[in-house]
Amino acid sequence: MALDGQKTAYKYIGTTPNRPDGLDKVTGRARYGADINVPGMLHGAVVRSPHAHAKIVKIDATKALAMEGVKAVITRADFPEGLEGEDWDLQENCMAGEKALYDGHAVAAVAATTPLLARDAAKLIDVTYEILPHVTDVDEAMKEGAPVIREGAADFSVPEGLHPNVVRYFDSGRGDLDKGFAEADLILERSFTTEAAHQGYIEPHACLGQMGADGRGELWVCTQGHWFMRRMSTAVLGIETTNIRVTPSEIGGGFGGKTTIFIEPLSLALSRKAGGKPVKMVMSRNEVLRATGPTASASMDVKMGMTKDGRITAAHGTFRMQGGAFAGAPVDVTTMLAFANYDIEHVHHIGYDVMTNRPRQAAYRAPGAPMAAFATESVIDEMCRELGLDPIDTRLKNAAKEGTRATFGPKYGPIGFVETLEAAKAHPNYAEPLGPNQGRGVASGYWMNWGGETSASVAISEDGSVTVSVGTPDIGGSRASMALMAAEAFGIPYENVRVNISDTGALGVNEPTHGSRATYASGLATIRSAEECIKKLCKRAADKWGIDAEAVVWEDGRAKPSGPNAGEFPPMTIAEIAGAMGGTGGPISGHYEDSPSGFSGSFGTHVVDVEVDPETGRTTILRYLVVQDAGKAIHPAYVEGQFQGGAAQGIGWALNEEYVYGEDGRLQNPVFLDYRVPVASDLPMIDTVIVEVPNPGHPYGVRGVGETGITPPLPAVANAVRDATGKRICKLPLRPSRVLAAIQGKTV
Amino acid sequence: MAELHLWSGLRALADGKEMVEIEGATVGQVLDGLVTAYPGLEPALKRGVSVAVDGQIVPNSRNHPVKPDSEVFLLQKLAGG
Repeated sequence: MALDGQKTAYKYIGTTPNRPDGLDKVTGRARYGADINVPGMLHGAVVRSPHAHAKIVKIDATKALAMEGVKAVITRADFPEGLEGEDWDLQENCMAGEKALYDGHAVAAVAATTPLLARDAAKLIDVTYEILPHVTDVDEAMKEGAPVIREGAADFSVPEGLHPNVVRYFDSGRGDLDKGFAEADLILERSFTTEAAHQGYIEPHACLGQMGADGRGELWVCTQGHWFMRRMSTAVLGIETTNIRVTPSEIGGGFGGKTTIFIEPLSLALSRKAGGKPVKMVMSRNEVLRATGPTASASMDVKMGMTKDGRITAAHGTFRMQGGAFAGAPVDVTTMLAFANYDIEHVHHIGYDVMTNRPRQAAYRAPGAPMAAFATESVIDEMCRELGLDPIDTRLKNAAKEGTRATFGPKYGPIGFVETLEAAKAHPNYAEPLGPNQGRGVASGYWMNWGGETSASVAISEDGSVTVSVGTPDIGGSRASMALMAAEAFGIPYENVRVNISDTGALGVNEPTHGSRATYASGLATIRSAEECIKKLCKRAADKWGIDAEAVVWEDGRAKPSGPNAGEFPPMTIAEIAGAMGGTGGPISGHYEDSPSGFSGSFGTHVVDVEVDPETGRTTILRYLVVQDAGKAIHPAYVEGQFQGGAAQGIGWALNEEYVYGEDGRLQNPVFLDYRVPVASDLPMIDTVIVEVPNPGHPYGVRGVGETGITPPLPAVANAVRDATGKRICKLPLRPSRVLAAIQGKTV
Repeated sequence: MAELHLWSGLRALADGKEMVEIEGATVGQVLDGLVTAYPGLEPALKRGVSVAVDGQIVPNSRNHPVKPDSEVFLLQKLAGG
């Protein structure tokens, strides 16, 4: 829905001031999850299953509880019974019940006076297991005879005859596939796989929980969403939501992985059992990789038809995803977005959500979209090669535009896909000559973005400075964006605005910083709250001048009389009005709450040049270009940062990152030495172009930008490796051994 | 009456129809009317859906207005990272 009065000329929006939290973060003063300490606190440790699938026969904590300094041990018996649906899944994942469902699944936890003592006590908790057959591969888990993770987990959507590990089924599309493929000059079908990749946030999960015997308490925690944290933790513990106040720490990355709970209800349960003493818990990297996230792995078949001149006539995709031992792999989103870049009349998607003996998947930046993009954008690239077509021109020919009926149903509003393609084609990188063993890849991607429950407040201080309170943790510089939007709305300097991330006791429910929504939704709420303040400021000025409030306008941080009968009065600054507000009606503040629906998706196009060492198979990124539609870039440097961050994570997923399971079902690489994320020395400076096609659903035209950037890199890198080597590799990651095998003509 | 479009997986639960016409002035009324007409769809709606009205996705907005000539699509429940 278009909003009236969208601004087009700005004083502060589009500038790049330093972030208000910058000094704290570079000096170490910022407090992250593990930095929270209180007197008398205990330290928690978790006992985790070493088995991929095992019945828990007995848990004996006698030896641990006999240790001096051990204050509490909890198992599933300390949690309420009778939960259903999502709440049961959360509880079962945080603390195993009858069975351990994956390597790393929590089966007990202990609280002691020191971290070392807690870890030693955890080792003394004796768990007797009966090992069960396991399965960790999505295709294997669907086969007849595969071990059943949990009987009866499938919902209404699953057709009869499928394996019980298939728990959700999706089927969507339109048109007549036979007719569409009959119109094609070239039909291409390929099968692809991607491995699970972890969000890889630098800061491990950490929290400090305190809860008394009355079930009331507090939680300090590193999270993307503290209202989600409160709702989930209290549901798992069977207590009322408002019994727990949750305060977010600073956050060292989340990327979707910190929108759910893991250790937090354990810290609260341990605290309650230890007589209300606060319990601090900090995950090791091993625990993070074994028991949180990652995203789903995928197995996919994509078939597309194209005419000689590059028009896509039909598309069909089958997507199988495993999301660990619970329903929830993001294949539902995959079946909506796989072909969403393009205007295709005949299109069909099928999706299978499959359970395996792996950790419960968590959201990861554009969940479900990058895997699908790898398959669909690789097929388009291969078709362009066979038909001798330019990959950008071909995408332009098929690109979704305003008014195009999306492959998932509704018509698009104003979108900027064509603009990203044109900007990519015009960029110097696209004309750079390539040398031996070098190749270029192009791919595009899309993310729908999100609005979500949002509540924010703005308060005027006595000196005319402004405090903004939002409920979306600042992960990527959103304090700066909020401050810029407030500064623009009030017409006051950026430095005169302070932005707080409020706890759950200070605002109404806020969804997390997820779905690329913070700058859009909290920004919208900030602007509307500021506008309410401005009305009140104008009223105070009108009262002083003895004129109607309607005869006062707000310009450049000042109230001014306006109109033929308003009279002549000197403008009043925000500081002058605020300085007198105690005696003119009291404090001035504004508030706004909504689940805004004016969000709009963001398209991106990436161009990457690689060089592949023919002797080792190692791929080096030579140049990388991200072009993406931001609607309106509030703080362009942080928009570029989101583009670059998404590309870096996608490059890692494409080239190196993967969960490696042994035959015993145990994760083989649960440390960053073996789970290889890209570091700065692996990448060139990532070039960016910000396209701005304003979103009519935001006062300043904002679109979310956080997630789209991870969608194109998987196919873009694969297409570049194809260009460099002549080999189409349909499995990710493109690790050197796999690329070398392909170069040598071996099956990969 | 508004046109309500179903993704193909839902059509088997609605007598095979791709599009149904449902009376209702809000998203909530249209969804309630849909379940009344096709009770088999209730589990799918309970699992969670997103709704697009005239091209705009309106999550969590049962109060969002629907006009007689509106085009309404049921979509998979959305999420993000």
